[in-house]
Amino acid sequence: MADLVCKDLCMTFTNPQTGSAVEALKDINLNLKKGELLAVLGPSGCGKTTLLNMLAGFLNPTSGEASLGGNLIDGPGVERGMVFQQGALFEWLPVSKNVDFGLRMKKTDPDESKKLVEKWLDIVGLQGFGDTPTYQLSGGMQQRVALARCLVNNPDVILMDEPLGALDALTREKMQSLVLELWKETGKTIMIITHSVEEALLLGERLFVMAPRPGRVHKEYNLPFAERGLTESLREIKQDKHFSEVREEILTMIWNMEEEIMGRV
Amino acid sequence: MFEWLSDNRASIAAVIIVVMVVMFVASIVIGRKQAALTAKDEVFGDPERTKGGWYWAVCGVSALMLIWFYFSWGIGRAYFPQSANEMCQVAKLEEVISPVKAALPIGSRYYKSTLLVGRNVNQLKALQAQAPPSAFSSAEQKELNELISLMLQLIANSSNPANLSEKSKTQLIDVSGKLDGLSEKLLAGPKNLKPSTEALAQAKWGISNIEIPMLPTTSKGVLFDSVSAEALDLTKLFYKIRNHPPANNKIIADVKVRIEALKKATEDGKFDERATSARNDYTKSVQRIFRRLDDGTIFPATSLDGVSTAIAKLDNAKDDARGSLGIIEALFFPGQGVVKSRTQCTEQGSARWLPKPTDVVATFIGLANPDLENGGGYKGIRLLWWKWLPVSDVVGFLMPDWVADIWPGEYSRHGSDGTITPNLKDNLLKFVQGDIYLGSVPMLDGHIWDSVFRVLVALGLGILLGVPLGLFMGVSRFFKSFFDPLIELYRPVPPLAWAPLILTIFGISDDGKIFLLFMVAFAIMVISARTGASGTQLSKIRASHSLGATNGQIMRNVIFPNALPEILTGIRIAIGVCWGTLVAAEILAGTTGIGFIENVARTVSNYEIIWVTILIMGILGLIFDLIMRWVIDQTIPWRGKG
Repeated sequence: MADLVCKDLCMTFTNPQTGSAVEALKDINLNLKKGELLAVLGPSGCGKTTLLNMLAGFLNPTSGEASLGGNLIDGPGVERGMVFQQGALFEWLPVSKNVDFGLRMKKTDPDESKKLVEKWLDIVGLQGFGDTPTYQLSGGMQQRVALARCLVNNPDVILMDEPLGALDALTREKMQSLVLELWKETGKTIMIITHSVEEALLLGERLFVMAPRPGRVHKEYNLPFAERGLTESLREIKQDKHFSEVREEILTMIWNMEEEIMGRV
Repeated sequence: MFEWLSDNRASIAAVIIVVMVVMFVASIVIGRKQAALTAKDEVFGDPERTKGGWYWAVCGVSALMLIWFYFSWGIGRAYFPQSANEMCQVAKLEEVISPVKAALPIGSRYYKSTLLVGRNVNQLKALQAQAPPSAFSSAEQKELNELISLMLQLIANSSNPANLSEKSKTQLIDVSGKLDGLSEKLLAGPKNLKPSTEALAQAKWGISNIEIPMLPTTSKGVLFDSVSAEALDLTKLFYKIRNHPPANNKIIADVKVRIEALKKATEDGKFDERATSARNDYTKSVQRIFRRLDDGTIFPATSLDGVSTAIAKLDNAKDDARGSLGIIEALFFPGQGVVKSRTQCTEQGSARWLPKPTDVVATFIGLANPDLENGGGYKGIRLLWWKWLPVSDVVGFLMPDWVADIWPGEYSRHGSDGTITPNLKDNLLKFVQGDIYLGSVPMLDGHIWDSVFRVLVALGLGILLGVPLGLFMGVSRFFKSFFDPLIELYRPVPPLAWAPLILTIFGISDDGKIFLLFMVAFAIMVISARTGASGTQLSKIRASHSLGATNGQIMRNVIFPNALPEILTGIRIAIGVCWGTLVAAEILAGTTGIGFIENVARTVSNYEIIWVTILIMGILGLIFDLIMRWVIDQTIPWRGKG
């Protein structure tokens, strides 16, 4: 099966001027089965984004290896879709042209592309926005376009780099529901990086809390809230006692890590 | 129609000036009212305060036009069309009596006689002090001393009023009297004087090549004209008067004898070469001063008092006779008025180099006239028109001859009967050389099109080659490092510094200018495309990689559109710089183009044409920029919103 696997993944950045090396990631081991939703949480500088960029194929690990469905990852590929914090939309193209970008690059038949684009715009709730310039959309809508653009390519894994970080609280909640819906409907493997503990708890079927210096997985959780989120209102889940306990625990954990960093610096 | 407009340009200007004044006043009134309305809503520094305000644009334009009309004497000509002609007649009188004034402390600081006395005495004293002892014996030195003393005595005698001859006295009184007569004539006024029919038939002021009509067209003008004719005789008379005091006659004869003796002594004596030349030089200097003194141009200062008074009186009479003309001149003819030179009366001051707006328009219409046989166009080429361009010319220009050369086979040879049968290869050669008629297409033509064409071709080449290179330089280490030194070395050199070299290599045809402009456009396009390409957000590049785009696809579909705003800004800048460079290049060398017209007009001091070319360049530059602004608005609405 198309499992996302990391074996002893290490990443060391060397400053070419001073020669000093920073261990961004050390011995990351991960086995994400198809259809699992992994949230990665951690203080700034713990290597979350570095991990994601390596899985996407933008960075080569210093040692260790990552593979998807048994194939070694050594560059970006369509099977690993990306969603970025700011959407990274092509502002010179209208919504539909953004969404079918991957299809056009593959030279898919235009009629088929059109159908697919309409289907996915429908799913992300943007029906009728096909000809709108992307710069006229709100931040939330832009992220919907980014999701559709990624999903229309039918990737095995979706890698999300703080996709909802720049949205206001209300939009963010709606988008969290959308992510859960898409997860359920498509059965895709999703890895989402976030700064927000609440978001990590709500979305992460599995949750990694990472620690800095060197970047490593500090603690791993398996959580029920994502599954519940498919049927229940997210706001109700947030008031759940268990939810609050885990949230407090993780917040304390991260708080302590930040304190430690400050102390060392 | 054009003839009528051209002949009546002064009256047309009169109407325009009134409109301008009305617009100027009205716009100020409207502007003040609007300012009162908005003053309360806005704080200082709010950019909103710069929006709108067409009335101030109207105010600015009308003020500019009025200033232009004023300093070019446009207002003066519109409302006082006869003034320049009258000023010309006054200038004639000025010109005629100026030699007399120059001899008196009216036109210059000293009497001419005072200056002569000063100069001659100084030179004589210098000679007295430096008779070379190596060339002259001590006996001769003594004689020379006496000779110079005699000459100094001549000057003293001439300066003494008691020595003034009766003849000279009478002549001076005669001149003064006649000058007084002219003053009276001026003061009596024009009365029944009438301009001649010939004068009335002259071309109006500013219409023909002669700037201001020369013959008097008003009675006042006729008066000044006739007085100046009489004054000319008087001036000649004045300059014929000589002062030969009888007391000088004996001294002059003595000096002549002594100089001859000196010359003879030099000839007879056996002097070496150096001494001979020193003696000759000295003798010549003495003789030169003596001739000046013998001429009798030194007068006693008091003897000229009569003429001085008469001239001052004539000046006053002239001012009186000018009457209202003086006020008009002071108000509406800024500068140094009209000056009469040998053959014509010319405008002096700002009006000399600043043609009247109506004259500029008339010149432009004349240049724009496509009828070459009737004086349209410039140097046999129209300003902007169209022509039939044979397609074969284009083929001949685009296709190199070697296309025919590499075609298999041989060119034909002449047969044994002396005839030539062209084969396919021959015909192909004719084709690529543009010798086969292929029909014609309509094409723009003329000086303006030539200039625009050069800019457009160079700009097109610059874009075609510069943009791809710039994009690759923005994303590739090899391209950046390889081409950077090349471009950065030639780019900072001012384009005009390249011009002499390139025009020498390519000649004065279009090629050189196009290449020069291409160099300018190319560097700008490379830099702007490079900046645009390297400014692409990393996340967009990464997103397109993840979406399966190849490197080429990313270049075309992501990096190029992302750089488009910078590229278009680059084009806008390149057009401006190319335009500026082109005109300068055309001034350096060429046979067509706006810069060429200006350069030729410069050599003949045709200010109207110079201003027309300047205005054409400004307007074309503005049109280019407006087009680019429109293109930018249409093509990159996303600019700054990414």
